[in-house]
Amino acid sequence: MSRSTIDLWVGIFTAIGIASLLFLALKVGNLSSANLSNTYTLEARFDNIGGLKARGPVKSAGVLVGRITNITFDPDKYDAVVTMAIDGRYHFSRDTIAAIYTAGLLGEQYVGLTVGGDEAMYKAGETIRKTQSAVVLEQLISQFLFSKAAEGEGTK
Amino acid sequence: MKSPVTLLRELGAGVTERVWRLGFAMRFLVAVLRFSGVIFSRPQLTAREIYFSGALSLLIISISGLFVGLVLGLQGFETLQRFGSTEVLGSLVALSLVRELGPVVAALLFAARAGSAITAEIGLMKTTEQLKAMDMMGVNPLARVVAPRFWGGVIAMPLLAALFSAMGVLGGWLIGVVFIGVDDGAFWSQMQGSVDFRYDIVNGVIKSFVFGFAVSLIAVFEGYDSVSTAEGVSRAITRTVVTSALTILALDFILTAFMFRGA
Amino acid sequence: MSDDILVDVEDLHFNYDGRPVLQGINIKIPRGKVVAIMGGSGCGKTTLLRCIGGQLKPSGGRVRVGQHFLSEMSQKELYGIRRHLGMLFQFGALFTDMSVFDNVAFPIREHTDLPEAMIRDLVLMKLAAVGLRGAHGLMPGELSGGMARRVALARAVALDPLLVMYDEPFTGLDPISLGVIGQLIRKLNDALGATSIMVTHDIQESLLIVDYIYFISAGRIVAEGTPDELRGSSDPFVHQFLNAEANGPVPFNYPAPPLRDDFLRAV
Repeated sequence: MSRSTIDLWVGIFTAIGIASLLFLALKVGNLSSANLSNTYTLEARFDNIGGLKARGPVKSAGVLVGRITNITFDPDKYDAVVTMAIDGRYHFSRDTIAAIYTAGLLGEQYVGLTVGGDEAMYKAGETIRKTQSAVVLEQLISQFLFSKAAEGEGTK
Repeated sequence: MKSPVTLLRELGAGVTERVWRLGFAMRFLVAVLRFSGVIFSRPQLTAREIYFSGALSLLIISISGLFVGLVLGLQGFETLQRFGSTEVLGSLVALSLVRELGPVVAALLFAARAGSAITAEIGLMKTTEQLKAMDMMGVNPLARVVAPRFWGGVIAMPLLAALFSAMGVLGGWLIGVVFIGVDDGAFWSQMQGSVDFRYDIVNGVIKSFVFGFAVSLIAVFEGYDSVSTAEGVSRAITRTVVTSALTILALDFILTAFMFRGA
Repeated sequence: MSDDILVDVEDLHFNYDGRPVLQGINIKIPRGKVVAIMGGSGCGKTTLLRCIGGQLKPSGGRVRVGQHFLSEMSQKELYGIRRHLGMLFQFGALFTDMSVFDNVAFPIREHTDLPEAMIRDLVLMKLAAVGLRGAHGLMPGELSGGMARRVALARAVALDPLLVMYDEPFTGLDPISLGVIGQLIRKLNDALGATSIMVTHDIQESLLIVDYIYFISAGRIVAEGTPDELRGSSDPFVHQFLNAEANGPVPFNYPAPPLRDDFLRAV
């Protein structure tokens, strides 16, 4: 095996390896689309976050605008504090509503930001005031059952 | 029937033997690292070993990765279909490959394909006195023979694992999108939405690097430490494959516990 | 004149796992001579050669080669010295992943920065000296045992060493190859102005080419002399060795309890 043949094959091998890494980083991972390097922080408080997870997406009008960086429990107010890193290109008005939605029936949960008409914008580090908790399926079903039961009693 | 004292003594001897070997392997590692300057002063030697460990493993790694991806695609679709969420097939395939299957299966294949070859080569060089001859010529076999093979393996392993994962994702795409008809856009966007570059991909690469280090060390150590007979070399090769497999799985558990706890 | 003595072994002791292998060996080898160390298998002669080459550290005594005391040197210093030593291993120990040419070029490439053209000339010269210039493109697996030994010989002398050591150079060779190797050892030694130490038990071939012979048995030197002196020697050990007698000072039987005891125990 001559030296140049080995060099050629090592070159091919390295190129294939690096191409695979790039493929993983760009096509499989989200390095290209969601490179949130220039971000600012917003917080939101929820009574119930359901199954929300750190690193989950933050979307506005269905577009990914940030990621959840941290979720903590506030022992004084007994609610959940969700910290989000928002893409520096986007700003949200002070009457924005943060709500927790589910992608599809069983998909992952995400924070959706619905923008209002206020001129003033939230600044880095502020807390979103208007929030809407996660819809928990069990609660929804039991509410439905109770209301049906109440209806039944009323007509009797 | 052996007496309890005998059994305890045998247990003690077994443990002592293993601890002794582990310590010996660590001293060997220090010696190899000390003579690793050769990979910079003579990169050609390491390039040769990357060729033998890496380039010659391209085919087996690509094919295995593709088939693992095909199977993941089929099984994943089958299961996800029951919940009506076939669009997350991409996430399922990519996350399993990038986090676990890519580094682990590629490392197991690497141990069987390249690790055993390294052990056999060094073991035979020892048996036929080639290492002693080199030593007698004033050439340190640790620097000339062992270090390039060790570093060749360490360098080749992460690239092979990346190739394995990439081929696997393509396999999953082939089954899911091309044959079964999952939506192409959903497949990729779900995947990109759930695979995090730093959290998933970088951790996967770190895993494969650690596995490459461990397997290469085991392979060169078993070869260098083999008994100089035909039987000794064959035992060393077996030990390389078995020890590597167990080490990979144990390390994988430890690394996973550190990397992916919580979320 | 101590300068005429290239290799000086003084009161060398070596223990392997607590078992004494060498017990007080004294050897002086003058420059330019070919010296044989002989003895039965397992008498410690290969160990002696390893001690002289610095591959084994003696348990006691010392080894001097030229001005250097090999037995007291660090690993790094030893590597520096060894380019002046050549060694031919029992079965050649050619690097099986390199061609004949690369094998002979190996020590030159490792120790010098000579241009490739000059290395080529040197290697072909060495190969020509052992009559295998035409075989430079072959791989070691394609060589016969005798040819492999000759290539290894060319490799051992590639850097024009001061001292060449031969570990059982005649083992497993047919009579013709055996004669060829013997003649080459003598010829190369004289042509290079080197000194040679040969560990062997091939008595007939050695008597033809060496200047001096040491006999070792059970870790001690039991007889020494020039070939002519030894042929006329009345020493019972030399007599047994030269005539290949089964029994003599070197016993045929491995030490064992009386036969009767062994049989009785089996019952």
